[in-house]
Amino acid sequence: MSSSESGPAGRRGLIVLSWLWVGLPLGYGLYELVRKATQLFTG
Amino acid sequence: MSPPVAPPGWSRWLVPPAALSVHLSIGQAYAWSVFKPALESALGLSGTQSALPFQLAIVMLGLSAAFGGTFVERNGPRWAMTVSLVCFSSGFLLSALGAWTEQYWLIVLGYGFVGGIGLGIGYISPVSTLMKWFPDRPGMATGIAIMGFGGGALIASPWSARMLEGFGSDSTGIAQAFLVHGLAYAVFMSLGVLLVRVPRAAESGGGPAPLSGVQVSANSALRTPQFWCLWVVLCMNVTAGIGILEKAAPMIQDFFADSSTPVSVSAAAGFVALLSAANMAGRIGWSSTSDLIGRKNMYRVYLGAGALMYAVIALAGDSSKPLFVVCALVILSFYGGGFATVPAYLKDLFGTYQVGAIHGRLLTAWSTAGVLGPLIVNWIADRQEAAGKHGAALYGLSMWIMIGLLVVGFVANELVRPVHTRHHVPARKETVDVQQ
Repeated sequence: MSSSESGPAGRRGLIVLSWLWVGLPLGYGLYELVRKATQLFTG
Repeated sequence: MSPPVAPPGWSRWLVPPAALSVHLSIGQAYAWSVFKPALESALGLSGTQSALPFQLAIVMLGLSAAFGGTFVERNGPRWAMTVSLVCFSSGFLLSALGAWTEQYWLIVLGYGFVGGIGLGIGYISPVSTLMKWFPDRPGMATGIAIMGFGGGALIASPWSARMLEGFGSDSTGIAQAFLVHGLAYAVFMSLGVLLVRVPRAAESGGGPAPLSGVQVSANSALRTPQFWCLWVVLCMNVTAGIGILEKAAPMIQDFFADSSTPVSVSAAAGFVALLSAANMAGRIGWSSTSDLIGRKNMYRVYLGAGALMYAVIALAGDSSKPLFVVCALVILSFYGGGFATVPAYLKDLFGTYQVGAIHGRLLTAWSTAGVLGPLIVNWIADRQEAAGKHGAALYGLSMWIMIGLLVVGFVANELVRPVHTRHHVPARKETVDVQQ
C-alpha cells in the first residue's frame, strides 16, 4: 500500500471530516428522495 | 497559478470529497424549477421566461467547459475550483440583487451567464486530477465526482423549497433565498479549493506514473475519428436518457391512463424521484464496473441493453407497470453511467495529458442531446395527440426512434480504435508542459 493510500495518522481525522462534510448533505438529499419515491407505491 | 502539488503522505482519499464539494454544489442547477413558480408570481413572468436562467446556465456550461478546458489543464484544479466557486456564488448574489430590485435581467445574467460559467469550469475541474490519483480505478474516481452532480439536485430541491417557505415567495423572500444560497455554496465549495492537490510523480495511487502511455493534446484529439465516435456515443446515450427524464411524470401517467391501474400525480412524482436515484446510482455503479470489464464493453451494455429496454417498453405498452418502471430505471442508470464513464474512456484513448480539456469539448454532445431528446419526445407526442391517439400510443414512435439512435451509438462505439501514433505528443513536450 502506498503512502497516498493510508497517509499519516493526523490526516485520518481530515479524511473523516471531509467525507462527513459532503456525506451529511448528500444523506439529507437521499432521505428526502426515499420519502418522495415511496409515493410511487402508496400514492 | 501553478497547480498545488501534494506534500509527501497526502492521502488520495482527500481528493474525492474535494471534487464532491464542487459537484454537489453545481448540481443545484437541476433544481432550478423550485424557483420558477415563485419567480412567475412575484415578477409576473411566463413559464418560458422563468426557464431562461436555467437554459442560459446549461448553454454556458457547455461553452465554458469546451473553451475553458485548456485553461483548467494549464492552471490546475485549485484555480478551476476557485473560478467555479466565485462564478457560481456571485451568480446567486447577483440574482439576489435582481430579485430585490425586481430586475429580472439581473437574475438571467447572474444565475444564467455568470453562474453558468461556474457550472462548466466546476464540472471539468476535478476530472483529470482524480484520474491521476486513481490510475488503477479511473472509472470509480470520476464516477464519484459526477455522481455528485446528480446528487446536487437531491439536496437543493428540498432545501430551496424549505427556504422559500421560510422567507416567503415574494421578491424579498426570493432575494433572501438567493443570498443564502450564494453564501452557503461559497463556504461548502471552499473545501474543494482547500483540499485539492495534484499528485507528485511518484505518488499516484499505486498505479503507473501519471504521464505514462499514450498522450494526446486537446487540439490533436479533435482531429481524430475516435473523438467524434465518442461524441456520437455520448450524444446518443444522453438523448435516449433525457427523452424519458424530461417527460417522466406526464409519460407514466399517459402510459397507464387507459389501463386498470392509472398513475396518480403523487405516484408520478415518486417515479421521478426513483429515476433520479437510478441516474445517480448508475454514475458510481456502472462507472466502477467499467474498471473491471473495460470501457468499450461498458458502452456496449449502455447502448445495446438500453435499446433492448426501450424495445420492451414499446412492445409491452400498458400491460405491466412494474415492467415499465424497471426498464425506465435501467435506462436512467445507463444515462448516468454514460456521463460518468466517458472521462475514463477518454483517458484510455488520449491519456491524462489534457483529458480535462478534451472532456470539456466532448460535453458539447450533452448540449446537443439536451435539445434533441426532449424535442423528439415532445414533438412526436404532440403530433400523435393531434392525430387523436392517447395513452401509450403517444410514445410508441418515440421509443423506436430512441432504439434507432442507440443502435447508431452502438455502431459508433464499435468503430472506436486506439489513437494513431501520429497524434501522440512527444514525451519531452509532456514533461515541459507539466513542469510549467
